[in-house]
Amino acid sequence: MALLEIENLTVEFDTVTGRFRALDNVSYSIEVGEVLAIVGESGSGKSVAMLAVMGLLASNGHIQADRVEFEGMDLLNMSRRKRRKVIGKDISMIFQEPIASLNPCFTVGFQIEETLKEHTSLDRKQRKARAIELLNSVGMPEPEKTLKKFPHQMSGGQCQRVMIAMAIACEPKLLIADEPTTALDVTIQKQILDLLMDLQAKSGMGLIMITHDMGVVAETADRVVVQYKGKKMEEADVLSLFENPQNPYTKALLSALPENATGDRLPTVSDYHMNGEGAA
Amino acid sequence: MAEDIILEARDLVREYRSKEGMFGKVNVTRALKGISFKLERGKTLAVVGESGCGKSTLARILTLIDPATDGDLLIEGKKIDIAKQKITPDLRSKVQIVFQNPYGSLNPRQRIGDVLTEPLMLNTDLPAQERRDKAMEMLVKVGLGPEHFNRYPHMFSGGQRQRVAIARALMLNPKLLILDEPVSALDLSVQAQILNLLADLQEEFNLTYLFISHDLSVVRYIADKVMVMYFGEVVEYGTRDEVFDNPQHEYTKTLFNATPRADIAHIKERLARTG
Repeated sequence: MALLEIENLTVEFDTVTGRFRALDNVSYSIEVGEVLAIVGESGSGKSVAMLAVMGLLASNGHIQADRVEFEGMDLLNMSRRKRRKVIGKDISMIFQEPIASLNPCFTVGFQIEETLKEHTSLDRKQRKARAIELLNSVGMPEPEKTLKKFPHQMSGGQCQRVMIAMAIACEPKLLIADEPTTALDVTIQKQILDLLMDLQAKSGMGLIMITHDMGVVAETADRVVVQYKGKKMEEADVLSLFENPQNPYTKALLSALPENATGDRLPTVSDYHMNGEGAA
Repeated sequence: MAEDIILEARDLVREYRSKEGMFGKVNVTRALKGISFKLERGKTLAVVGESGCGKSTLARILTLIDPATDGDLLIEGKKIDIAKQKITPDLRSKVQIVFQNPYGSLNPRQRIGDVLTEPLMLNTDLPAQERRDKAMEMLVKVGLGPEHFNRYPHMFSGGQRQRVAIARALMLNPKLLILDEPVSALDLSVQAQILNLLADLQEEFNLTYLFISHDLSVVRYIADKVMVMYFGEVVEYGTRDEVFDNPQHEYTKTLFNATPRADIAHIKERLARTG
């Protein structure tokens, strides 16, 4: 049984100009211990599916699906209370802007321990010990001191480590990382990616990497889903995707990488005929 | 003269002072610690570095926004010190800048036409009709159309806005364009379009680029020469092939190793390693 299974998921938003379909009949699944990359450009709907799974869509969002199941449990028709037991514990998520996703008014220690308080039966002392252990495992120097720090006292990379510590606090079975390194410098990006891969290998959790960066895909994924304008274009294991992309959009995306440039000019997506789809 | 040097920097230093409270001690941050380089006309120098390395400080000094604390800046052989002398419109028109974020660098209440004609209004005495004609012409050059003249920035996509920002920078016919992370806020396919546009414009106007970026794959594609900065210092400076094929400094090597690679051999190696 797959860890998370999505079948024909459609997400629409009510807007002033009518309903906008952000995600159109998308299906994929992730197995235990697998790293799945979802790649696409802005507006491809790559985050929307995961926000729907997490129940984080804005109130004007509408979800339709044949199936959204986590370990065989129907996530869409679950009661809110039951869902809160799963979300944040068995499924957790980290976001692009580490500094913005932490609460500026509370210390790092408070925010990590809050997760533990909600989902575990640890007492205060144990929670503190666990928080220190977590900060250690994400490679923060001086974890005891870090507990007392506020987000603005730390760098972006450090904040992202804290976010990861919070996300893995309850040993999730599935971690969703939404552009986890986009706001970071390359050397810090490498540290964070190494950390995520290391944690994933040790714990055997499923990891969904949402990204627009083909380099990040190449460095992390087992399997890749390519999305464009809300539709799934292609799904393949990482090697076949880069070696032998099937879909014209994937081909276009790969050839737009500056390192793949052959002549003086970079091919752009509009150079490829997208079966009447048109390009952005 | 073997090389045609358009801009030269000699030991540029920039310090920022901040005080701890009203009577507190003064903290001096040296953002640039003596930077020297030469820019050859019609070529592209890429400046690479991570946040806090001083690359944007350098951009501000070269575009005559901030004065340098110490050192000399020579544009076409003439020494420029904006702390002492006034900037003439003529000087202003030599160097222009394109910023990273096309959402933040355009005034949301200004029509595109006004965005483009404003530099001409401030720095030249062209009549309104000529300013308008020039702006229309420039819109077409950067891949937009005359129909965009009366629109507002919010009506454009990120790539189109960056085209507008490039058009604005080119209105005064500058010789040197400072590009401060011009494509890092853009999607991959849009990035390719903008890089192509920059290449076309460079050829057409014989422009010199100083291209600031943290993305090594973009740098490798666009640069003639590469300068790597680290904590306000230049740690590596050479032609593109020298720097990429044989990096000397430890930091450059770290930077190269940290850059995600999307080639097939590398993916195979990773898959073999992790099993």
